[in-house]
This record gives sequence, C-alpha cells and structure tokens, in this order.
Amino acid sequence: MIRTRSRLNTLSVYAVIYLIFLYAPVAVLPLFSFNDSQYITFPLLGFTFKWYAQLADSQGLQNALINSLKVGLSVALLSTVLGIFAAKAVTRYRMRRSGLLISFIMVPLVIPEIILGISLLMTFSVGGIKLSLITVGIGHLMLCTPFSMLVLISRMEGFDKSYEEAAQDLGENAWWTFWRVTFPIILPGVVASFLLTFTISFDEFILAFFLAGTDATLPLHIWSQLRFPDKLPSVLALGAIIVMVSTVVIFAAELIRRGGVDLGNKSKV
Amino acid sequence: MSEVIISINNVIKDFGSVRAVNNADLDVLKGEFFSLLGPSGCGKTTLLRMLAGFELPTEGTIHIDGQDVTLSPPNIRPVNMVFQNYAIFPHLNVAQNIAFGMRKSGLSKQELHEQIEQMLELIKLPGYGDRGSNELSGGQRQRVALARALIKQPKVLLLDEPLGALDKKLREQMQIELRLLQQQVGITFVFVTHDQEEALTLSDRIAVMNQGNIIEVSTPGSLYEQPQSRFVADFIGTMNFFDCTLKDFSDGIAIGEASELGNVKIATPQTIVSPGNEFTLAVRPEKFSISFEQPDQQYNSVLGRMGPSAYLGDRSHLYVHVEGREYPISVALQNLTGVLDQMYTTDRKVWLTWSDDSAVMLPMEG
Repeated sequence: MIRTRSRLNTLSVYAVIYLIFLYAPVAVLPLFSFNDSQYITFPLLGFTFKWYAQLADSQGLQNALINSLKVGLSVALLSTVLGIFAAKAVTRYRMRRSGLLISFIMVPLVIPEIILGISLLMTFSVGGIKLSLITVGIGHLMLCTPFSMLVLISRMEGFDKSYEEAAQDLGENAWWTFWRVTFPIILPGVVASFLLTFTISFDEFILAFFLAGTDATLPLHIWSQLRFPDKLPSVLALGAIIVMVSTVVIFAAELIRRGGVDLGNKSKV
Repeated sequence: MSEVIISINNVIKDFGSVRAVNNADLDVLKGEFFSLLGPSGCGKTTLLRMLAGFELPTEGTIHIDGQDVTLSPPNIRPVNMVFQNYAIFPHLNVAQNIAFGMRKSGLSKQELHEQIEQMLELIKLPGYGDRGSNELSGGQRQRVALARALIKQPKVLLLDEPLGALDKKLREQMQIELRLLQQQVGITFVFVTHDQEEALTLSDRIAVMNQGNIIEVSTPGSLYEQPQSRFVADFIGTMNFFDCTLKDFSDGIAIGEASELGNVKIATPQTIVSPGNEFTLAVRPEKFSISFEQPDQQYNSVLGRMGPSAYLGDRSHLYVHVEGREYPISVALQNLTGVLDQMYTTDRKVWLTWSDDSAVMLPMEG
C-alpha cells in the first residue's frame, strides 16, 4: 500500500516536471502577447490587446492566412483521398510486394525536407512550371500522403473484410459498399488523417520557402515579420491564437476518434 | 423427386499451387437442410464462398435455381450468407442492419418497417430494433445476421459455421431454433460445420469433405450406420476398426475371420473386399453388449479384460483390451439403472458381443 503510494508520488512529480518542460515555452507566447511593450523582457509592463488589434489590421497576414487555409484544406482532402485508395489496395487485395510498395511511398517521411524542397524546386524549374500556391500544395501532398496512409491502413487493418463481403452479399456493388459500410467504419481514421495532414501543411515552412511564388503562406509571413522588431509582439499574438486553435482541433480529433464505432474488439482506446 | 436448386459441376478451386476444392460434383435439393462437413482446411468454406460468389471456381460450373452463376458477382446472386463472425455492421442498429439489403426493394417506409418487425418476431427479438450492434450477445448477433439475410427471401441461405462462437448450451438451443426456422421459412440452407454432431442433428443430407474432395453425400442416418469409407466412419462418431479376411458370402451374410475377434458374421447386401479378400470391419461403441459369462454363439464375440472406464452421466465409456490388439476396443453403455455399478472394475474378464447387422464392411485402406 505504502509502496504504491510513494511510487505514485514520484510518478506525479515526474509528470508535472515533464509537462512544465513541454508547455512553459508555449506559455511564454500568450504571456508576452498581452504585455504592453515591444521588448520581450521581464518585468511585464502592463496588460494590452493592442497587438491583437494590430493583427486584424494587417492585410499581409490575412492574405497569408487565407493562402495557408487554401493549401492546407486542399492538401488534407487530396492526401486523405489518396490515403483511402492506398489503404484499400494494401489491405484488401492480394497484392504482390505490397510491403515494398509501402516502403517506397513512405520514403518522403525520411528524406530531409530541405533536400525534398531543393529537388522539387529543380523539377519545377526544369519543367517550366511557375511557382505558386499549387507548387507548395504539390510539395505538401508528397509530405502528407504517407501520414494519411499510415493512419488509414491501420484503421482498415482493424476491421474485418467480412463487413464488406456482407454488404456485397446483401446486394450492394463496390461503390455503395464503400459508402454504406467502409466509409462509416473508417470515418474516425478519415477525420484523423484530415486533421493531421491539415496541421502538417498549415505549419510547414521549408518546402513552402522553396516552392512558394509571390503568395506567402502563414509560416513564411511570420518569418518575414521577424525581421522587424516592432512586429514581434503581434507575431506573438498570432502564435498564441494558433496554439489555442490547434489545441481545440486536437481535442476535437481525439473526441471524434474515441466516439468512433467500436470494431468489435472490446477495448475502446 | 424434389427439384434441384444448386448444381455444382466438376468445380475445382486452386489457390496458387494449393488445390482447395477438387472436382466437386454436387446437387442440393430445394428446401433441403444441407451440410458441408469436414475437418478444418478440407475446402468446405471455400466451396460455400464459391456459392456466395466471394471466390470464383478455377474450373467447373455452378448453377443456382437454373441460372449459371459461376462467374456472377455476389451482389446479384439469389443467395445470402450468415458469416462466421456474423458481420453485424457496427455503425448501424439492429433495425438498420436488418434493412440493409432492402435499399432497392421498392418498399415504402411503412412496409419495410412492418417487414423488419416481422423479422424481429421471427428471430424472437421483438422490440430490439433500436438496440446498438454492440449491445447484443453472441446468440442475438447470430439471430440478427439470420434476419438480415432472410428478409431478402433468398433462394438459398448459406451459413458459415454460424454456431462455432457460441458456448455449448446456447449452441444446442440455437441448433433446434435453426432447424425450426428452416422448416418455417422453407428456404434451402447450406450449412458449413466441422462439428459432426451438429451436422447430424440439423441436416437432411450431409456432404463429408476431406482434403478438397467430397468423400460421401448421404443422410445423417446412413452416414452414421452405413458409412462407405473408413474416413467417414472415423470422422463421424467413434468407430472400432478390425482387419478381416472374407471366408464366405451367401444370401446377404458374409462370414469372415479377424485375428483379434475370431469368426465374424455380417449382414450385408454385397461384399466390399480388397485384393486378397481383405476388408475392414467397423463396429460402433454402442453396438457392443457386455457380459461376464461366455456367450453361446459361434460368431461375433470376443474375450477381453476391462481397461479404464469413464462415467458420463447418461452413459459410460469403457475400454476393453483384447489380446493381440494395440488399442483397446471402445464400448459405450447406456446407464439404464440408477445403481452405481462397481462391476466394471479394471482387469475383470468380459465378453463383448454384437449382432450381425450392427457391423459394417469397409474396403481396406492404406
């Protein structure tokens, strides 16, 4: 009894230290975003919303935000669709060398992004393709599809193909079987893939740096603002907002995943 | 004669270099409860999946209700299947599961609702329509899977070991219900099982399969009492086998000699012998009578001594050692009285006898 309790205490202390290590730097962001001074120093001078107000006035920021949303949503949608196809092929058909194929598709995960960025840039310039949000999107798609595949393959592997066979047996063709059975069952995986790939694209910097034309994405915009000391506090305000929204999105994704249909196995984790 | 509903002609199924089904040739009659019985890996499930359309035959043809469906996809075949794990859609409730196959039925919402209610009555789960699929027990899932298939009014219902996941008591109860249900709806059932007792209980006819081959197709009674091969005799129930040589055959009575049994007499319409007049004599454990006195008969009796015995409540299993025989003879006795019998003590001398119409002649194998 006593041993369990003392072990629990050590563990709690460790957990608290770990959480401080993780979140203290993140907490600095909102803290200084409300500070009435453009210098990041203690002591804090006073409470203000003016940096947030400044954000709302910045046309460049708004354009960058819209660009990032456009790229992020398109990439999330496309890579999730590709991920569903790939997961279906890998898990449902008797495919030769599917392991090798998966490894090939996973390669972009381990190539350093800077190398990927340079090679894509070279490819586009050789092909005479003008840099734009589309080229950024193509780069992000390469990066995000493997993540979609990983999420969706594990979801597909988790459910018995007899559900799909039952749907066919009850008179549905492949199209309707997908929409009436496969899709609802893998939906939590689809949502997770969508949110994950959106997040990756939304905060991706290196590929965007190489592949963006004149339209900046949000990370490029933030980086460009860091050159001007007087813009720093409003970048902090922006960062604080992004942290807030990401947290909400992640919690939402987790809730959806947990609320997803139970695949017959008792554990709901 | 009843009408043929399924006709399987010379069907072969290869998976790579492995032959799962070898030259299956089989007719199933309309309204029949037909079982495919065999050990795991014998090809029974592959044959069933070819009827459903999930596997296509490498060679041969399959006709269902007069239509060649050999290469038809599952969704247009007039058959429905109850899967081994039931495959109850986890994202739908009971009523939605039952209604799944009725999308193109053209029924109004009200008519469909009535049909679902009827189905719930049929499977004895009235009021369960709103239950989630994860709120059902194993037996209830099985019933929902049945209802989901039967609402489509298939020509044939295919069942892939549907009782395998249930515990013994529930399984026996479901066997009776399944048989009653089949008689009630009058649909042909093709039932796959590895449980020979289950196949005997349920079926009108059984096809016994082994290593991709259909060994024998017959009624439960004739498979049990008059098996045509050693495999069937051994797979269904328990059987004692003895090597014999035929001495004489006339007027439906065969006289033979077995080194372990002495002279044997078998009532049989014809003799089945291998070269050298050899055959295998097969006797079921319950066909033996046991006594402590030497019986007054020239044939069909053997002296042994008691080996281990097991008391099973309604009956007892005894093992009797016979000189010159490696394995003891298995004997089953009904416990007809309530007297706890201490007579069958180990090593006691006993005489086993059996009648000439209770033994079976089989060709010698191996």
